[in-house]
Amino acid sequence: MLGPNDIVSALEAAGFTHLVWIPDSHLGTWEPALRVSRLAPVRLCREGEAVALAAGLMLGGARPLVAIQCTGFFEAGDAVRNVAHDMKLPLKLVIGVRSARAASAGKSGDNCPHFAEKLVQAWELPHTRFDPADADAAALAGALKALVDQPTPAAILWAE
Amino acid sequence: MMTHRDALEVLALHRREQVVITTMGSVAIWPQLSDSPLDFHYLPSSMGQGVPLGLGLCFAKPGRGVIVLTGDGGLLMNLGCLVTAAQFAVPLYIVLIDNGLYEVTGGQPVPHASLTDFGAFARGAGIPRVYACGSRAEWDAVASEATSGSGPVFVWLKVKGEVGKPTPSAPRPMAEQIARLRGALG
Repeated sequence: MLGPNDIVSALEAAGFTHLVWIPDSHLGTWEPALRVSRLAPVRLCREGEAVALAAGLMLGGARPLVAIQCTGFFEAGDAVRNVAHDMKLPLKLVIGVRSARAASAGKSGDNCPHFAEKLVQAWELPHTRFDPADADAAALAGALKALVDQPTPAAILWAE
Repeated sequence: MMTHRDALEVLALHRREQVVITTMGSVAIWPQLSDSPLDFHYLPSSMGQGVPLGLGLCFAKPGRGVIVLTGDGGLLMNLGCLVTAAQFAVPLYIVLIDNGLYEVTGGQPVPHASLTDFGAFARGAGIPRVYACGSRAEWDAVASEATSGSGPVFVWLKVKGEVGKPTPSAPRPMAEQIARLRGALG
């Protein structure tokens, strides 16, 4: 089980320069670790805004990571389309998938896991699944390296 | 009342080495006034996302200065971006072209057209410097001050609504624009 300090350390080690995020009940647990990280988060009001701000960072040569919940990713569709497919910038996303663990255990009727997978496919984002409850630091480092090394936009579907 | 072109002519006179991001109707006018590699025509776009794009560029290139030309329709789609921008002491100059219309789609009025107090939105969000201009003379008098110094700054320009203009198109493909801007930014 990876904790917030492990995760933030791994994000730093992966070479991201900025964390553009809107916390949810899982991603929000990173907050204390982020306070003492060089990856001080850029806080925004809406997820489409996060994607556009990341595009500005990339235009200027920075390497941002956008971390948002899948519900916000659904809202941000047009910004994702624009940045990934009009601007062709290598947008990197961690998308928190609400209820993913409970749904895979058959204990949730939340449709977020179903639509998160569908929507990343719709926007043609190469993606992997990652569950911090079932992984160690090496697995996280590997997942982040794969995300960073992907030359196109890409996402990690992060189980919650 | 000034026209959209008047507003951009004044800006062109006072603009220094800042990046200028244009959106929507401004994409059609600004290339007639400027052809700098620091001009970025955000088209094709995601409507309402010009301000966060400019804010991200401010973070990546501290001290450069970024002017974002946004319309009232676009800003209304993303008012939270004013609150986001207000958190950061960066040289971001948001220039709102308020014509009360969705000009590109044929001139339909935006909600509560010409009655919304955009200056109050910006002040309420916490943006420290806010300017409001209803004429070319008023804008010309403050343009130099409003596009320099500490930011973020919000400039609200009330312009005449015009319909029947051709659909704007960027003067260069997006990939070429990005390469040109990055080359200029170093």
